[in-house]
Amino acid sequence: MLEAKSIDLHYGAAQALRGVSLRAALGEVTCVLGRNGVGKTSLLRALVGQHPVSSGTVEWEDADITKLKPYERARRGIAYVPQGREIFPLLTVEENLKTGFAPLRRAERDIPDDVFSLFPVLKDMLHRRGGDLSGGQQQQLAIGRALVMRPRLLLLDEPTEGIQPSIIKDIGRAITYLRSLGEIAIVLVEQYFDFARDLGDRFAVMDRGSVVYSCTKVEMDEIALRRAISL
Amino acid sequence: MEARTTTTLLYLSGVTVSFDGFRALNNLSLAVEPGEMRAIIGPNGAGKTTMMDVVTGKTRPDNGDVFFAGSHDLTKLDEAEIAMLGIGRKFQKPTVFEMHSVADNLLLALQNDRRPRATVRWRDTPDEIARIDRILDTIRLTTERERPAGSLAHGQKQWLEIGMLLAQEPKLLLVDEPVAGMTDAETRQTAELLKEINRDKTVIVVEHDMTFVRELGVKVTCLHEGSAIAEGTIDQVSANERVIEVYLGR
Repeated sequence: MLEAKSIDLHYGAAQALRGVSLRAALGEVTCVLGRNGVGKTSLLRALVGQHPVSSGTVEWEDADITKLKPYERARRGIAYVPQGREIFPLLTVEENLKTGFAPLRRAERDIPDDVFSLFPVLKDMLHRRGGDLSGGQQQQLAIGRALVMRPRLLLLDEPTEGIQPSIIKDIGRAITYLRSLGEIAIVLVEQYFDFARDLGDRFAVMDRGSVVYSCTKVEMDEIALRRAISL
Repeated sequence: MEARTTTTLLYLSGVTVSFDGFRALNNLSLAVEPGEMRAIIGPNGAGKTTMMDVVTGKTRPDNGDVFFAGSHDLTKLDEAEIAMLGIGRKFQKPTVFEMHSVADNLLLALQNDRRPRATVRWRDTPDEIARIDRILDTIRLTTERERPAGSLAHGQKQWLEIGMLLAQEPKLLLVDEPVAGMTDAETRQTAELLKEINRDKTVIVVEHDMTFVRELGVKVTCLHEGSAIAEGTIDQVSANERVIEVYLGR
């Protein structure tokens, strides 16, 4: 279980998060929704340790990880698929996947079969350079790289942004499969509402750096949820 | 293209900008009247920043017309010439001189003769002091006059930078996300501040913060994929089917 409690985050003097709390459980997809500029990516940065929080705590598997460095969090099974993918364009697909070995013990350093069964295209393109892949393939590679480290918490930042519909479907199927394993907590930041609605177990809508609306799939009132996201 | 005679202060017509095959602006048309304040909204990648880049001469459009005050073709002028015409731009991140006092920051920005001789012989004049006093009053920093700018609160730094823009005496202000990271109180005060400035200057403000846009109560243009898809009051724009679809990512 991931539990973020009352997180504040500042860039210099500018405050990006105000008292944000979020929970994510194994086997569930927790969606963070909201327009651009409301703090979604800042929240993920706080969860992975890319940016220090000014106050509040992040708990993961019953430990306080608020002060841990990003690589220490990676060793605790937290994987991040950043917005814009950030794959290494000059490394091959295989080398890119192997960068996911970093937090693993030597004996665990192999690429799980799941990666290729979820995204067969990565197998076909194993020796191509990452930068030569299409945007959608790069997105699959970024998710594959995260899966190589066998995460127990997977954080995805707008995986559908600028991606063609057929690959969006593949990514949706992959998330559904990972969820069904019941061993991974998934946090999905999205602006593509329909995609998030179909996958999510829990929803949190952000505005102006705070969570302004939250609900579970069961209690979800689509109209209210949509209203919270629109202008 | 012959000079236009129109009352429109800023006129964009059919503006297209491509980067590596990606159309950042796609046949964008926009007209802002003198004395108007316009809010520009839109999702990521809608073209808001590119639009400002085109107006300030940072980016040249591939196609289309950009005219200022009827007769100035902005596509033919460089950034400095456009600034001298009276178009001022405030970027999202505050960039004040942190080590210098609030008043000195404004002094640096004042519209003045900056040629070497004039600069070497410069002395402050009652007129300059009065101009700085007026700006300090507008941006609510009179009591902070001698403080180093670096010690100001985030909101105050943004106001100081708006003040530095005012010191250039522009006719048109372009303001990019002024309230990002501000407290609720600062956001409200910034809306008030821009409304005051708008009494004698034309303002274009890009914002994501809808509370703020509502507070401004001005005409809103929603951009998406480089074109204007809706224009009107915030209530009209937020009820627009196409705008709703865009914000739901469809």
